[in-house]
Amino acid sequence: MTDRGESGRDAGAAPERIKSPLFLHRDSYRRRRIMDAARFLPVLGLLLWSVPLLWSAAPEGAVSSSAALTYIFGVWAILALAAFVLSLYLGRGEDEPGSGG
Amino acid sequence: MITLNVLIAVCLTYVAFLFAVAFVAERSALRGRVRWLKAPMVYTLSLSIYCTAWTFYGAVGSAARSGFEYLTIYLGPSLVMVGWWWVLRKLVRIGRSQRITSVADLISSRYGKSNLLAICVTVLAVVGTTPYIALQLQSVTLSFEVFAQPGVLSPEEGARSYTALWVAFGLATFTVIFGTRNLDANERHHGVVMAIAVEAVVKLAALMAVGIFVVWGLSGGAAQTLARIDASELGQWRMDGGRWAGLTLLSAAAFLCLPRMFQVLIVESDDEGHLRTASWAFPLYLMLMSLFVVPIAVVGLDLMPSGSNPDLFVLTVPLAMGQEGLAVLSFLGGFSSATSMVIVAAIALSTMVSNHIVMPIWLRFTGGGASVSGDVRHVVLLSRRLSIAGVVALGYVYYSLSGGGTALATIGLVSFVGLAQVLPAMLGGIFWRGATRTGAMGGLITGFAIWLYTLFLPSIGTGALPEAVMSQGPFGLGWLQPQALFGITGLDPLMHALLWSMALNVTVFVGLSLTSFPSPLERLQGAQFVNIFDHSGGPRSWAGGVAQTEDLMIMAQRILGAREAQALFEREARRQGARGTLPDPNPGFLETLEKELSGSVGAATAHAMVGQIVGGTSVSVEDLMAVADESAQLMEYSARLEAQSDELSRTARQVREANLKLTRLSVQKDAFLTQISHELRTPMTSIRAFSEILRDSPGLTAAEQSRYASIIHDEAIRLTRLLDDLLDLSVLENGQVNLNLRQGLLGQVLDRAAAAANDGGLTLRIRRDPRAEEIMLITDLDRLSQVFINLIANARKYCDATSPELTIEVREDAELLVIDFIDNGTGVGIEARDMIFEKFARVSDRQAGGAGLGLAISRQIMTRLGGEIAYLPGHAGAAFRVTLPRKLAMAAQ
Amino acid sequence: MPKQVLVIEDEPNIIEAISFILSRDGWTVRTHSNGVTAVDTVLMRKPDVVILDVMLPGKSGYDILRELREMPETSALPILMLTARGQAKDRELAERAGVSHFMTKPFSNAEVLDAVRALVPPVGGAT
Repeated sequence: MTDRGESGRDAGAAPERIKSPLFLHRDSYRRRRIMDAARFLPVLGLLLWSVPLLWSAAPEGAVSSSAALTYIFGVWAILALAAFVLSLYLGRGEDEPGSGG
Repeated sequence: MITLNVLIAVCLTYVAFLFAVAFVAERSALRGRVRWLKAPMVYTLSLSIYCTAWTFYGAVGSAARSGFEYLTIYLGPSLVMVGWWWVLRKLVRIGRSQRITSVADLISSRYGKSNLLAICVTVLAVVGTTPYIALQLQSVTLSFEVFAQPGVLSPEEGARSYTALWVAFGLATFTVIFGTRNLDANERHHGVVMAIAVEAVVKLAALMAVGIFVVWGLSGGAAQTLARIDASELGQWRMDGGRWAGLTLLSAAAFLCLPRMFQVLIVESDDEGHLRTASWAFPLYLMLMSLFVVPIAVVGLDLMPSGSNPDLFVLTVPLAMGQEGLAVLSFLGGFSSATSMVIVAAIALSTMVSNHIVMPIWLRFTGGGASVSGDVRHVVLLSRRLSIAGVVALGYVYYSLSGGGTALATIGLVSFVGLAQVLPAMLGGIFWRGATRTGAMGGLITGFAIWLYTLFLPSIGTGALPEAVMSQGPFGLGWLQPQALFGITGLDPLMHALLWSMALNVTVFVGLSLTSFPSPLERLQGAQFVNIFDHSGGPRSWAGGVAQTEDLMIMAQRILGAREAQALFEREARRQGARGTLPDPNPGFLETLEKELSGSVGAATAHAMVGQIVGGTSVSVEDLMAVADESAQLMEYSARLEAQSDELSRTARQVREANLKLTRLSVQKDAFLTQISHELRTPMTSIRAFSEILRDSPGLTAAEQSRYASIIHDEAIRLTRLLDDLLDLSVLENGQVNLNLRQGLLGQVLDRAAAAANDGGLTLRIRRDPRAEEIMLITDLDRLSQVFINLIANARKYCDATSPELTIEVREDAELLVIDFIDNGTGVGIEARDMIFEKFARVSDRQAGGAGLGLAISRQIMTRLGGEIAYLPGHAGAAFRVTLPRKLAMAAQ
Repeated sequence: MPKQVLVIEDEPNIIEAISFILSRDGWTVRTHSNGVTAVDTVLMRKPDVVILDVMLPGKSGYDILRELREMPETSALPILMLTARGQAKDRELAERAGVSHFMTKPFSNAEVLDAVRALVPPVGGAT
């Protein structure tokens, strides 16, 4: 009696044409979250690169160029690295239907 | 010392190398060995045409002049690439499934394939790109001069134009050869892409080589370089916040909208997967491209004599240090930047110009008779080639006329703002289904006009706009001053133009979109674009663009219904003489089908659907099915709505009628009660009055007493009869009466009735025909008799002739037995005939003792017996006709 | 000279009853039973008081009353109205039309007599 009728459960779900199931397998769930990360990354970049807007433009107390360059290029490198890592995960399968914008 | 000749030789060798690369790539592609051509890295490197000579030379110049602003030009595109999941992925998917050939095509296709819109975008692109091409020519020319006459920065004009002309000619040739070799449906140019990928490597290598030389060769390492930077005049962060943010966003917008970027990003894209690689590799590329800009600028400012053009530090610093090889590499880097930009821009622009301007005009002039044939291919190629030549020539002319112009970076930014005007229509088009053609057109034209007026024309120089207009506004209208619109002064001119053009562009775009209504094709395309990921799993190709009858059949079934569609196809197949049930998709059949479909979904949609299946582009079958299903559902839904609304109005009518009936009934009831009250009170009044007289009046004579007592008696009987009649009528009306069916002769019934009605009086003479009355009846004889009594009594009461006479005529035919009662009086007036059968209807002004219920009761009885009683017009006296069905006379009830 | 009463009524038994009662009280009783000619009869007979039925053949008692009230010679004429329709709205209608007194059938003879006497004192200062 361990054989739970698989077909029975399918028949129960059949009337509703479920496009995006409510609960995903662990893999699919992970993929969704990586997509979320991919969407979040440019927002993060924009925020980090907006930080220079806060820097004082006055001659005294101004941020030195070397520091500014280091910061901006540092963010750049981190973004590229993060995008690289995400691209590895996003490449593992075709994207699911309905997952787009 | 490198001579100009050596440089030219190097240059030509390099160009020959590029030709070879492009050629080999094309050959490989033709042989189907495209795997290495389709490598993600090639795609990423091809994106580097974003970095033009403006970047290669101009970034250092910009850094030397205004510090870190140059970075914004790279930050924007980096963000767009890192955020590829948002916009680029969608654009690439749309571009592939809709076979988009250019940015103008994208916009036009999204907004209902509007060619007018395409022309607008094309004009905008040409106007925006031409100065940019001129800029590339200028940079190549300047770099030549560096080698020709080191240290001398302003040679004669003639030599400059000469160099630029040759460069332009060479570029046009290369582009024509590799840009129009084939006329692929997907507009991909493997040779060109490969060549620019190589150039991308060259320019990165060149810039990094110079950078490394400057940092480790001249400054003694990274730490020292940073210290040197801090010590220089660029030592502190001095950046206007508005420009920092504004330029970052502007460059991001331009990255998506520039025709050449669109070409490599979307049109040349083979595989969405490439975007994944580019998402990290391209930001990395941009980072490396900009990494050494500040060091080079700082060292350049240190080393070079004041007044040197900082735009050329990349060349002049190695030269000044005696590193001629490095200088040549650097020159090739700049050369690569310039040429790759011009080549791709020319291809992109020529595609637009040819597809949206030249070809429509050509088709118009040739009468539009060109269907798909070899001729058109030839014409298209020719048109492309001429367009390429035209675009490059335009750039050259602009260069010659402007004579060099201002600093390189400025022209680039002006161009950016112009092309960014496409952005609202583009993003709105792919994310918002409500965006319409009118909105896109309005926004585009608004933004374009403001850009022209506030930025482009002022940037050309004093010639374009008169000084008076610049300082006081046109016609002295201060608020229309080109660089201070609406009286807002003090803004940086570039930010001013960007702000106003984009703000008004977006406002007009959204406003007109909200208020206008899209065409069916536009809505179809809108749904396709916005829901691209739901509709298509990827691009589908149609075998050679041949219409597939099965697909047409499936689509037609969805729209027309299975039986109708099959019947239509079979009919057409028979007409064509085809053996099967499917006809060939010849023009005649398609036209018929389209007409049939347009009956269901409207002409425009039908045309689009058939056209797209037959044309084999843009829309997949699944998409059409989705639309067909949608429209079927819509029709079903609207039919249901209609039915519901019908039902609703029917119900409302019924309710109204019922209400009316109730009102009528209520009025009738009131009238009936009033009548009853009157009819009852009248005899009671007499009874009471005379009984009081009898009681209270002493000295009444015996005759008086007797008379008054008999009045009381009569009125009491009248009252009783009235109540009997009322009860009788009530029973009859409620259908509670039990008919007592018996058999009898009509004559006998009439005899009884005459006797009963005429009791005691001989005043009425009755004429009858006994022989006609020998008819056997099966009915309720007592009830029938009651009707006859009533009619005879009425004649007796109301007939006003001097010698009253009633004639009873009996006739019968197969179905009916007719008995007429006609007297010789004056009859019933026409106006009263309608109401004599109503309760309490009394026509005569003379009190006749009845309550006016007789005829009402008679009518009820006749209805019960299955016959009827009616007033018979056309006689002098009163005439009533009683009709009985011949076969038993009984109603179903 | 006895006062004159005009009874406008179509029911013969009621006419007879009212005539009997009023005659015995010393009134001169005239009768009329047609609605259409009622107004002319009133003008011609010049009665001291009118007893008017509502449901008359040809013309309703209300209409007759309104016509009489519009004419100067009868605008103040005492009119007693009798009706077999005993609803409140009938009384309202009559009062709006300017009735002097309103009674519902069946009535008691004494009531009628009292009402007529109240409207026209039998031997008053008029004579």
